[in-house]
Amino acid sequence: MSCWETIQAYAFRSIGFGERLLPRSDFTICEHFTLIGSGMIWNVYFGVIALVSGFFLATLLAVGKMSARAIYRKPAQWFIFIFRGSPLFIQFFFAYFLFLNLKRTNDFFDPFTAAWLGALIVLFLNTAAYSGEIFYGALRSIPKGDVEAADAYGLSGWSRFRRVIWPTMLRLAWPAYTNEAIFLFHATALVFFSSFPAWQQRGDALYYANYFADKTFNPFVPYPILAFYFILCSLAIIGVFGLVNRRLNRHLPASTRQKMKLRMNLIR
Amino acid sequence: MKSILLSTVAVAMTATFAMADGHSVVRMGTEGAYAPYNFINDAGEIDGFEREVGDELCLRAELTCEWVKNDWDSIIPNLVSGNYDTIIAGMSITAERDEVIDFTQDYYPPTASAYVAASEDADLEGGVVAAQTATIQAGYIAESGATLVEFATPEETIAAVRNGEADAVFADRDFLVPMVEESGGDLLFVGEPVPLGGGVGMGLRESDAELRGKFDAAITSMKEDGTLNELLIKWFGDEVITY
Amino acid sequence: MFSYCADPDTLDTVRWFSCYLTTGVHMSFYASFIKVLALLAVTGPVALGVGFLGAMAARSSFLPVSLLGKSYIAIVRGVPDIAFFLFFVIALDQMFEYVRHRAICPDWTQPVRQGSEFLVCAQAKLPLGNAAEWVHETYGFLLAVITFAIVFGAFAANVLFGGMRAVPRAQLETAEAYGMSRRQTFWRVLVPQMWVYALPGLSNLWMVLIKATPLLFLLGIEDIVYWARELGGTKTSRFSAYPHGDWRMWYFLGLLVFYLMMTRVSEILLERLMQRLTHGQATTGGEQQRKEVAA
Repeated sequence: MSCWETIQAYAFRSIGFGERLLPRSDFTICEHFTLIGSGMIWNVYFGVIALVSGFFLATLLAVGKMSARAIYRKPAQWFIFIFRGSPLFIQFFFAYFLFLNLKRTNDFFDPFTAAWLGALIVLFLNTAAYSGEIFYGALRSIPKGDVEAADAYGLSGWSRFRRVIWPTMLRLAWPAYTNEAIFLFHATALVFFSSFPAWQQRGDALYYANYFADKTFNPFVPYPILAFYFILCSLAIIGVFGLVNRRLNRHLPASTRQKMKLRMNLIR
Repeated sequence: MKSILLSTVAVAMTATFAMADGHSVVRMGTEGAYAPYNFINDAGEIDGFEREVGDELCLRAELTCEWVKNDWDSIIPNLVSGNYDTIIAGMSITAERDEVIDFTQDYYPPTASAYVAASEDADLEGGVVAAQTATIQAGYIAESGATLVEFATPEETIAAVRNGEADAVFADRDFLVPMVEESGGDLLFVGEPVPLGGGVGMGLRESDAELRGKFDAAITSMKEDGTLNELLIKWFGDEVITY
Repeated sequence: MFSYCADPDTLDTVRWFSCYLTTGVHMSFYASFIKVLALLAVTGPVALGVGFLGAMAARSSFLPVSLLGKSYIAIVRGVPDIAFFLFFVIALDQMFEYVRHRAICPDWTQPVRQGSEFLVCAQAKLPLGNAAEWVHETYGFLLAVITFAIVFGAFAANVLFGGMRAVPRAQLETAEAYGMSRRQTFWRVLVPQMWVYALPGLSNLWMVLIKATPLLFLLGIEDIVYWARELGGTKTSRFSAYPHGDWRMWYFLGLLVFYLMMTRVSEILLERLMQRLTHGQATTGGEQQRKEVAA
């Protein structure tokens, strides 16, 4: 099979299109690149959806944790503590078994044991907790003057939050939030490695890298390829978030703008 | 007590001298999650058919053996990189594996794999079938029409059928028999058994021909005097195929 | 464990559980918690040491050393660590054995790599083929510690490097004005002061380290995740005196609580440490403490 044919056969293998059987012998570098790259579709899917949906919950959590009323503050604090205080790996395991038990009681939970939904929920809650803490930190460091200025303009309540506090919070939180995005993205590699089963050999990049390492008994080819894809995607995240950062900071004089830095992170 | 200890040391020392260049201790790698072949008992020790066969083989081959647990996923890579010397983990002899490692003759006859499902009308052709990752059964399902769903341990494949994740599980028939018996009617055999693989043998590194010879001889002697058959019946019941 | 455990089928719930939770397998399960704690206790200081060396190297005025330090930090931080964990241990093991092989068996003629096999002479094996099982387990554990220390060392190095740079220049200049040598300035002024700047970063790293311990599972060590999976799985009465259904959810709930407790305790201890370190420092925190005492 030429490399082009391999790409045609396997580029979308991870979502069920193309050749049904995975390559079984005489593995080529091209097959490595194509299949592991195909697996990245899942990583991107998990990363993007969890991040976007998590963003809204994170804002709520941050505001909740800032609240003076215990009825809002306590749940937010506990939520953040539970998801930040335990390993994501264990959360995946626990959630999977929890969903299995729930499934027995109610048909509604049927799709929850599949990775596309179950793992997504865990990632969503997890990133919401981490981003919530970041946003909370940013809320606490909003300059007093900004809020006073908003008061002076007669802004209050929702419009003060939307026009002054929220944009400032985002601006302050953005570098840390970029890190969180990279963090989350790396964490998506754990999905099929914890408990969620791979259906029809459709898995993420690590699943295929592991498949190759298993078959060729040589970990030194697939894992570096995996690392290559991850670094590529991390750079893409930095690029996109950098653009947003520029927009968030566009009103500031050049010297006080925050610079974005590439900061790789550990799995949590 | 002391004299026992001393004689053990003496035996160990002679053994060391006798095989100064070879294996003074043979490390036996197993999974510990595949009853009745091998599993961990309540006391936390490796137990099962292969434990008894392995101990007997070591006795006959005059080897000092030690048992090591390893995940199924990485059981072959860890053998070839030398973390233990044999694999004795219900591993079927296949051509694919034989390219990488060597096998002794089989100590468990070629057997059938079977489907187990929660209901009689499970769809084996187009439904969802669970199998353990990197087994011959997983390979077979991947090529059949059914949807393969893979799990890291055999235990999880059964759990998948119980909770409806999969329509059926495809595994060694003898692994499934106690599961079906214990389930109290929840699980049952469906479809026809499929003969797969060339029996179960011990896996060794290709460079370890000498050790392989010893185990081969020991297996032959166990087959000849009927001890292997006794163990087979003890662990797998009267219906098992014997030598 | 208890005398009444001989026939578990006849016991009432409380006694059944008291027997069930004290079986040999459960003892291995509890021992694996100690393994995790030991890993943390050993890896924490080792990673900090590696990080300190890394930061010192990166700060060195001798260019090759500084480049070495900086590239170590950059490379390890640049690669997703899960990739590290997955193949680093085998690579490390093979590297050690290869070095020993070259040193101990110089007249070995066969190639070390034969197809997929990695073959060194018997004397070079690590640990030796006839070593006891606990030696093998300790060796595996040590490899895990080294892997963790190298990965976390790079992150610690980065934090410490930042901490060293955060110490106000005036402090160092004052030290020089007092006639201290470079070495004296480093050890007597810079190092004692950098901790307060590095501590928030290091605390964070410690929390990440705690949460990274389940990855031991990937390194082939029988850790709490392995045992929770094994013990929680359905047990049939043929192979166990304590048959039960699928209890994995409860075992993992236990692990979740264990980690939450670890985090909470660490948070409290680190907060206290921060209080101690801030004492007498030229930071807002230190200033606040001074005022509180004065008031």
